[in-house]
Amino acid sequence: MTDFEPVLLANIDRDDSHTRAAYEATGGYQGLKKVLGGMTPDDVKKLVKSSGLRGRGGAGFPTGLKWTFLPKDHPGPIYFCLNADESEPGTFNNRILMEEDPHQVIEGLIISCFATAATTAYFYMRYEYPLAWKRVQQAVDECYEAGYLGEDILGSGYSLDIFLHRGAAAYICGEETGLIESLEGKRAWPRIKPPFPAVEGVFREPTVVNNVETAACVKHIADRGAEWFKSIGVRPDPDNPRDAGSYGPKLYCLSGHIEKPGCYEAPLGITVNELIDQYGGGIWKGRKAKCAIPGGISMGLLTADEFDCSLDFAGPGKYGCLGLGTAAVVVVDETVLMVDFLHNSSQFFAHESCGQCTPCREGTSWALKMMNRIKAGKGRLKDLDLLLEIGDNLGIIPGTTICGLADGAAWPLKNAIRKFRDEFEAYVKETNPDGYMETNPVPVLEIIGAH
Amino acid sequence: MTKERILTDGMIAEIKAFFPRYPSLQAVTLPALHVVHDHLRHVPMQAVVEIAELLELAPAEVQDTLTFYGFFKQDAPHGRVRAWVCRSISCHLRGADELLEHMCHKAGVEPGDTTEDGKLTLEFGECLGACEHAPCMLANDDLHKSVTHEQANQFIESLE
Repeated sequence: MTDFEPVLLANIDRDDSHTRAAYEATGGYQGLKKVLGGMTPDDVKKLVKSSGLRGRGGAGFPTGLKWTFLPKDHPGPIYFCLNADESEPGTFNNRILMEEDPHQVIEGLIISCFATAATTAYFYMRYEYPLAWKRVQQAVDECYEAGYLGEDILGSGYSLDIFLHRGAAAYICGEETGLIESLEGKRAWPRIKPPFPAVEGVFREPTVVNNVETAACVKHIADRGAEWFKSIGVRPDPDNPRDAGSYGPKLYCLSGHIEKPGCYEAPLGITVNELIDQYGGGIWKGRKAKCAIPGGISMGLLTADEFDCSLDFAGPGKYGCLGLGTAAVVVVDETVLMVDFLHNSSQFFAHESCGQCTPCREGTSWALKMMNRIKAGKGRLKDLDLLLEIGDNLGIIPGTTICGLADGAAWPLKNAIRKFRDEFEAYVKETNPDGYMETNPVPVLEIIGAH
Repeated sequence: MTKERILTDGMIAEIKAFFPRYPSLQAVTLPALHVVHDHLRHVPMQAVVEIAELLELAPAEVQDTLTFYGFFKQDAPHGRVRAWVCRSISCHLRGADELLEHMCHKAGVEPGDTTEDGKLTLEFGECLGACEHAPCMLANDDLHKSVTHEQANQFIESLE
C-alpha cells in the first residue's frame, strides 16, 4: 500500500507549493476550466454523487447527496460555507492543505459553489491557524487577479465571491449549524434540525457546509473523473444496505507516541497497524502500544489488539467506536494510565461544551469533576458507574442533545471504562484504599481554569 | 455623561469595510470584535457599546457573542505576546502539562495570567491542530513546534 501515489499531498514538498504559479505549473485550475467550459451545475452534482465522495469533516455524509437537498430552481441567494474550523484533538489535515496547497482547496471550492449555484462563499477558519489564514487570503487574492473569482469567471457568466471569516477559538463552531450561528454574529449554539441548512441555513437561505478536504477531493474528481475516485478505497459492505462505501484517498493524521508523527495520504481502508508500521515508523522508543484513538478524540478508543481495524467509514464502528471521524489516529503507549487519558478527554469536553443542552453542559462538567477526584486519589468504584451513566445518556444517539458533539464527549467515557475497566478499578482501589467503596455523596475538588 | 470614544476612525473604517460582505450587520460582530481586539488587545465594555451602535444592535447582543468566545479579553489587555500552550491529547501525551507548568514557574504566573511587566499572557489552549509537532505552543502568530523546556526558557527570556 505504500506504493500508493499521493494526490492531495502530491505537491506539498515544493517550497512554493502555496503559490498560484506553482499550482498552475502542476495542472492547477484545469479542472475548473473544464467545468466552466462545458458542464452544467447538474452535471457536476451528478459527477460528485456518482464518485461516492463522503464528507471528510467527520460525519461522512455523501457530499453529492447533500448538494441535492438544496431546493430546485431556487432564485437565490444560496450560500456556501467552507468549514475550516478543524478543532478535533489530533486533527491537522486541513491545516496542511491550507498552508501548503491552498489553491487546491479553492479550486475545489469554486467548483463546488458552481455545482450548487452559490454566489457567495464564506471560508470559516479557526483562529489558531495564522499561517493558513495568510496563505489562503493570498491565494484568494491571486484568484481574483487571475479571473478565477469575481464577476463572470473565465467568461462563463458565473460569478462568485469568497470571503474569509475568522473564528474565535471555539470547538463548537466546527458543527455545521454552530458555524452558521457564529457566522451570523451570534453565540455558536447548534440549531435544531430540521430544517437542515440546505433548506434554511445562514441568513435563513439555503446553505451548503462542506469540509476543506472534501473540497480538495472535488477538485480531483473534476480532473480525473468519478471512476478514478471509485477505484480507490473500500466498496460498500453487501450485508449492510446503509453502507455507502468508503471511496477515495484520505488524509490520516498520525500523532501521539509514534516515531514519525505526520499527515499521510492513503486509500480509505488502511488499517491502524499498517498506518503505524508503514508510515509512522512504529511506536516510539521501542515501546508497545496500549490503545489508539481512531479518528479524533470523539471517536473513542481501540485497544492495541484491535489495531487490525480498517480505517474506513464503517471500520471503527465494528469495534465499538463512534466512527471514522476525522481519521486522526493518536497512539497511546503502554506507560500511559487510562485515568490520565480519560481525565484529559473529560477536561477537553467540559471546556468546549457550548452549554446549550443540559445533559452535555452538566454531564461533561460532572465527568471532569469525577475524573479530577479519581486522579487525586479520592475515586470510588461508584464513580465508574456514574461516568458510564453520563456516557450512555449523552448525545444525539440516546436523543438528549441537539448536536453530535455530545456523542463525541460520551464515546471516550464509554470506550475507556468498558475496555479498561480492570485498570480503572485497580487504580481506584490502590489510590483510595479506605474510601473506594463509599457510595454516599462526597465533595468535589476545586477546578483551576484559564482561557 | 458622555464618555470619550474608544473606537478610532481607523478602526471604524476597518469594521465598515466588512459591511458589504454580509447581508446582515450582525454578521460583522466577530470581525468587529477582532478588529478592536487586534488594536487594543482587549475589548472594553465601552467598545462593545460603540460596536453595537455601528451594527445597529443592542449592546447586550454584542456582549452575548463576546462572552461566548473565551477568546476576547475584556477587563484588561493581554500581554504583548499571548501564548497558548496546547494541552489536548497529542500534546498531553508528549509533555504538555509539564511544559505549561515549567513555563508558569519560569514566568512567575498562573495559567491565564499576564506577567507584571505586560510582556506575556500565558494560557493553555485546546488542540492547536499541530499534533505532529507536540508539544506545541502558539505565541501571537508564531507556532512553536516540539517545544523543549530549554526552548521555552529562551522564548520567555527573549520577550520584549
